[in-house]
Amino acid sequence: MSLLEETNTAGGTPVVTPAPGPAVPDVISGRTPLSRGRLIWRRLSGASRFWVGAIAIAAILLWAILGPLLYPYNATGRDPLNMGLGPTQLHWFGTNNIGQDLYAQTLVGLQKSIVIGLIAGPLGTLIAAVVGSVAGYMGGVVDRVLVWCINLLLVLPSFILLVILSPLFRGLSWVFLTIFIAGFSWMIMAQVVRSQTRSLRDRDFVKAARYMGVPIPTILGRHIIPNVASLLIIDATLGVVASILAETGLSYFGFGIRAPDVSLGTLLAEGTSAAVTRPWLFVFPAGVLILTLFAVSLIGDALRDAVDPTSGVNRD
Amino acid sequence: MTNLVSVPDPSAPTRAGDPLLEVTDLSVTFPQRGGPDVNAVRGISYRVHKGEFLGIVGESGSGKSVSSLALMGLLPSSARVTGSIRFGGRSLLDLNDRQLSGIRGREISMIFQDPLSALTPVYTVGDQIAEALLLHDFALGKRAAQARAVELLKVVGIPAPERRAKAFPHEFSGGMRQRAMIAMAIANDPQLIIADEPTTALDVTIQAQILEVLEKAKDLTGAAVVLITHDLGVVAGHADRIAVMYAGKLVENGTTTEVFAEPHMPYTIGLLRSVPNMQSAGTERLVPLEGRPPSLTALPRGCPFAARCPIAIDVCRETEPGLLVHGVAVPNELALQLPGPARVDPALAGPTLADLLEVEHVAACHRSDEIASGLLTRADVFPRPAPLAVRHSEALAAAEPVLSVTGLVRHFPLTKGGVFSRQIGTVRAVDGVSFSIQAGQTLGLVGESGCGKSTTILEILEMTRPQAGRILIDGKDVAGLGRAELLRLRKDVQIVFQDPMAALDPRLPIGDIIGEPLTVHGVKPDARRGRVAELLDLVGLDPQMADRYPHEFSGGQRQRIGIARALATNPRLVVLDEPVSALDVSIQAGVINLLEDLKEKLNLSYLFVAHDLAIVRQIADTVAVMYLGRIVEYGPVAEVFARPRHPYTQALISAAPIPDPVIERSRKRVLLEGDLPSPTEQIDGCNFRSRCPLYTLLADSDQALCATVDPVLRAHGQVETACHHVERNDLAISASLAGREDELAP
Repeated sequence: MSLLEETNTAGGTPVVTPAPGPAVPDVISGRTPLSRGRLIWRRLSGASRFWVGAIAIAAILLWAILGPLLYPYNATGRDPLNMGLGPTQLHWFGTNNIGQDLYAQTLVGLQKSIVIGLIAGPLGTLIAAVVGSVAGYMGGVVDRVLVWCINLLLVLPSFILLVILSPLFRGLSWVFLTIFIAGFSWMIMAQVVRSQTRSLRDRDFVKAARYMGVPIPTILGRHIIPNVASLLIIDATLGVVASILAETGLSYFGFGIRAPDVSLGTLLAEGTSAAVTRPWLFVFPAGVLILTLFAVSLIGDALRDAVDPTSGVNRD
Repeated sequence: MTNLVSVPDPSAPTRAGDPLLEVTDLSVTFPQRGGPDVNAVRGISYRVHKGEFLGIVGESGSGKSVSSLALMGLLPSSARVTGSIRFGGRSLLDLNDRQLSGIRGREISMIFQDPLSALTPVYTVGDQIAEALLLHDFALGKRAAQARAVELLKVVGIPAPERRAKAFPHEFSGGMRQRAMIAMAIANDPQLIIADEPTTALDVTIQAQILEVLEKAKDLTGAAVVLITHDLGVVAGHADRIAVMYAGKLVENGTTTEVFAEPHMPYTIGLLRSVPNMQSAGTERLVPLEGRPPSLTALPRGCPFAARCPIAIDVCRETEPGLLVHGVAVPNELALQLPGPARVDPALAGPTLADLLEVEHVAACHRSDEIASGLLTRADVFPRPAPLAVRHSEALAAAEPVLSVTGLVRHFPLTKGGVFSRQIGTVRAVDGVSFSIQAGQTLGLVGESGCGKSTTILEILEMTRPQAGRILIDGKDVAGLGRAELLRLRKDVQIVFQDPMAALDPRLPIGDIIGEPLTVHGVKPDARRGRVAELLDLVGLDPQMADRYPHEFSGGQRQRIGIARALATNPRLVVLDEPVSALDVSIQAGVINLLEDLKEKLNLSYLFVAHDLAIVRQIADTVAVMYLGRIVEYGPVAEVFARPRHPYTQALISAAPIPDPVIERSRKRVLLEGDLPSPTEQIDGCNFRSRCPLYTLLADSDQALCATVDPVLRAHGQVETACHHVERNDLAISASLAGREDELAP
């Protein structure tokens, strides 16, 4: 339509439509492409595993925090009338042979295990991030010394070391146990971060920062760590699982949490001897432990698939 | 060899008879889970005749590679392919994978862009070519296949083919791998060779060699060639016909001469005008073709090019034009009286459309008639930007140089062994390089990849004491500077990288990226924000975009962001490391113009590293040609390009393609033999001797001089050249011209 009008009015002389378009440089047209964060969130929210895990872990956390407040018995008090009793309306998970309420004990143990896991997992990741990125970025002597340390810690059997050292922190609180667990869980991740850093170091944006004179700690914090952040988040999540397992394992063998403190590990240790005769002493703490680990693992797994589409189920 | 000789069909392509390949209304769609489909190819039709050379040209994402993969049946199974592909009387889309395997490699063969990933690293090159032969010819013995493989390697110009057949792909250079790929492609005498950007990953000198080999292979086998490329210069000299693709559609199709001489589609016009031309570069400004192709998931209504088209009118935004003939023969008034839908509906034109493609020059544009009849000239469609008002560089040229490098050396030790490593050689990456840049001037540093350009600029930017030689920035020697002084000096020297995606941290919004250099110098956040807005405005981006992330921008915009970052500290010298070679041709012109503007506005000096000579000619004042860690020619750009004195410079200039078929076909060419030698080799005398076209023509006594005495840079007029026989340099040109005529004679 307008083609006709325009040419007719021009009457055969060369027509030049004023060019408004290209004077303005190309503006992003259409939908803005998804940012990486939003893309990960979309993949994550599409995975049912993630929602199952997230809802389960939220419920467990709420339960561990609020549960003891809504329950008449505490973990240390004894009920002399009901010793070694199975689950009843009065004592939901039953009592042990000295009359302590198992439901209250399980909740307190769960609290402790989760707190240790939530601190030790991310702490290990933090150490891994710092050591790995420094070693990878600096290279040379620093790299060699740090890698030597990593390898040394890897070949030392951490469990036996903990067993040997356990008399040393007999009198110390669970905080030291947490630090110890974190101190032995960062090496593999540090290796991964180091190799990632080595490839990032040669990327142009890192070079650009170096040529601008940006100091090394700032480069690490601004460019290197954020670019391996997805890996670190996954590692921290799965590190929670590993740390809870390490804690319960140590406590089970009597090297971790000690009486009067309770954790899921100590409860399991007490319960195993009676697993056949009085199964509730064993089944309930074990069930809670498995449920917690399963929930966190589901989240960690879904997170890894969302961040790295080439891993696992998404590969096609 | 029998096969190769038995099919001598070097006759000119005829477009009579049945076409070899007939693609009709081919569409390829990739369904996306939970999103709109990607319409990669939307109804393209073309024909290829026996012995014809078709060039398919388009920007990245125009669907040119997808359409050729559809021919080969190599698309992922999720792709939906409709339309028809007829090859030698068979419909390829109806064949199953097994039947297609019988055709692939024997009747249609393909050459890929990246020759390293296309060859298996664990088998020798000879074995791989023999495998290609044995797959389709069961009667052939292993011995015979090996012998054929050696012959094929010889045909594609690989020296010492017997020895090379036993080598593994990693022992080959990029150019040699691509030759081996061509050998494999012609092994079974195919009727059609599809080459998908075969030279994009290669240097210009190697590119020229590969195109010659491809042409030779075509002549030997009589096969038709479909060459897919984004570079108009590559097709200009070789293709018979050109098809231009845009947003999954063919927008123009015609013979090479027609398309280059009289393009009818504004997109083609824009492409042609945006390419810097070696002939005219430096004298006038480039014509930018701004914007980027539309997303293939959300195509706008109407013509997909409308948003970037300077002559778009209302109808362009309403209906998408079909491919039609737009000749001067059709009177303008008559054409306009035709009912609208009939002119644009390809379904109505259906049976005749394919016939049109047969002979005619067709274009898909509502205003093509006006363009064809001369009502709209090329300059009307894409006007050339006004030249820069001021050129004050001469006034300042007398000032002291911003950067001065003397005798810079960077050798890397080559070690062997793990624990007790010992040095077994030296990589002479940079071997005594000297140059200087005056304020407001641009030095172009040119050479093939591996010649030491990048190492040179990294040495300058590291600002540490060089192994030998001196680096002076603003007259200060970087070797003796303290921390604080170095930091101050870093303000004056900034860099723009080649790959705009890799150069920007994907995790930071662009405001933070551009402001990063300022944080180093303690600029307050408020002042930083103001400066970032100012810089964004300076490079032609909207300051509102400061909080967006790099991936939301197109390649050209990202490069502008990189430039903005480099300018943040008001530097005096900007090092540009191949700043446009990762960009589409259409975008390059805009960035180059911006760089020229900024240079004038801010009185910047550039150290411009590139392998594209046309762009160097466009932007540089002085040029330095590097070969194996040395500068072999150094002088004012106009003088060097007009009268190259060093044989290497001559070869570089003649290898650069010119996007004009008339010039391209009649040019004098100096083709280089072989590849860049390894910088570990210790070569006595002139290190260019092994590839020098002049050297082979010299008398023995003159050759002896080249073989024993290392030439140093000597002044010849305004230009310094490192060659013993500068006065003989026209010998090589005339000799290569004679050689070309000999080739063409029979």
